[in-house]
Amino acid sequence: MCGIVGLHLRNPALYPQLGTLLTGMLCEMQDRGADSAGVAVYGDPRWSPPGHAAVSLVESPLTPAELRTALEELLPPGTPVGVVDASPTLVVNVPVEVDALRTAVATAAPGALVVGFGENIAVLKGVGHPRALADSFGLAAAQGWQGVGHTRMATESAVTPGGSHPYAVGPGQCLVHNGSFSNHATIRRELRTRGVVFDSDNDTEVGARFVADRLAAGLDIETALKELCATFDGFYTLLVSNRESFAVVRDAIACKPAVVAETQDWVAVASEYRALTGLPGIESASLYEPEPERIYAWTR
Amino acid sequence: MDALTPHPTKGATAVHDVLELDLAERWLREVNGLLHQADLAADEVRILHPAGKHSVAVGLNKAMRVTVEGQVGYYAAGMNQLADVVINGNAGVGVAENMMSGSVLVRGDASQSAGATAHGGLLVVEGDAAARCGISMKGVDIVVGGSIGHMSAFMAQAGRLVVRGDAGEALGGSIYEARLYVRGTVASLGADCVAKEMRPEHHEELAGLLKSAGFESEDTSAYTRYGSARRLYNFHVDNTDAY
Repeated sequence: MCGIVGLHLRNPALYPQLGTLLTGMLCEMQDRGADSAGVAVYGDPRWSPPGHAAVSLVESPLTPAELRTALEELLPPGTPVGVVDASPTLVVNVPVEVDALRTAVATAAPGALVVGFGENIAVLKGVGHPRALADSFGLAAAQGWQGVGHTRMATESAVTPGGSHPYAVGPGQCLVHNGSFSNHATIRRELRTRGVVFDSDNDTEVGARFVADRLAAGLDIETALKELCATFDGFYTLLVSNRESFAVVRDAIACKPAVVAETQDWVAVASEYRALTGLPGIESASLYEPEPERIYAWTR
Repeated sequence: MDALTPHPTKGATAVHDVLELDLAERWLREVNGLLHQADLAADEVRILHPAGKHSVAVGLNKAMRVTVEGQVGYYAAGMNQLADVVINGNAGVGVAENMMSGSVLVRGDASQSAGATAHGGLLVVEGDAAARCGISMKGVDIVVGGSIGHMSAFMAQAGRLVVRGDAGEALGGSIYEARLYVRGTVASLGADCVAKEMRPEHHEELAGLLKSAGFESEDTSAYTRYGSARRLYNFHVDNTDAY
């Protein structure tokens, strides 16, 4: 199974409620998978303040205080280093270039798994019950313009922090998946021969690396997802986001569910309608199910 | 609160002869348990605030009217026998799946696998139905006011499916003896499904189905009938070498 949710706010008056709304959506989908969960939040001022690079990591060998000290020693003197404990994830934010912060984090905390990076993005994920994780992330207090989430029932790889979703492997990008890819090993080998490095044995990571690879090559999201449909075999509903947009696509058979709801104030996507019932104005939202292999994309 | 503990007063109020059951105040199993009681006094039940919950009003087994006010999740009114269920909203996956008799009316759209494997009764979806509508239907009548998605009526064995809009890819793949009537376009036909002549008895049958679904004045001449070419499921001597 697995559950996916996404909320793209059009009305800035709702930005302060993003975390509350996303928490409700995520927790309603815990029946679809409760071994791991994760979210990506775009625009939260605690985790990813404007003008800062943000790097999210799990399995850090250092405590938040140790990580801050280590980064302060690596970065130019006087650089303010923010480390937010959103257990089991740490979010580091520093007003430097994203790549400079990634390099510093890799040096300061070898062995930690980077699960997201970019501007205005925090990725929080881990093993455990979705409601317990949402509490320990402090998700309900989050603000911002967009969030996606995933509740996992593992099938293709072990229940580990690295196996949980979202997969945020390109700058500001994020992908969540309900389903399973059947030819991921073949595509993983092809990507590896071209130098792509993987963090896990998970099938979804291959999809995320594939999309990131195509976006890095200059393709737009719609074309990248069309290539994914032509390349990947298996079942999927995918929700793919970056700072400015999010997109939904289902495989040709479309047996993995998805419901889209739209109002003037927001666009929301979920595996099931019941995840949307807490959204303001849902009673009058336009509701539909995405067609197979058609790419739906929204931009800020 | 124990999910199985009935609370006879809280959230249950009799308005005239209609019993109202509020899913915002009562557990789903409790509501379904009440609907299954042989001695339930009310002939008509209104279910409020379904909020997309699964399995609302499943397994009804006597003549009664049930109206659900809002959107339902998976398998709503599944396995229905004798009851008449109206859903004033959209329905999730598998509405009226394995229905035996009675009727289910969805005022909005239905998700995939509407009426799957149903043996009897009448399912009406006033809006669109998604993929796999009527998959493996075994005798149910289904009337869809809008269009249906891909792989609908796959391995449909018996019954009738009427579509006032269009049908998606692979309609009627590996179909047995169900009869399909489509007014609009069919994106493609599945294996062994072919267009067939509309003889007078088919116009009569179609008119009756449309009438029973509340579409009285429909012109049946706009419809095409589809069914099995019967080349797939019978043994044919030309295929001996394949065995």
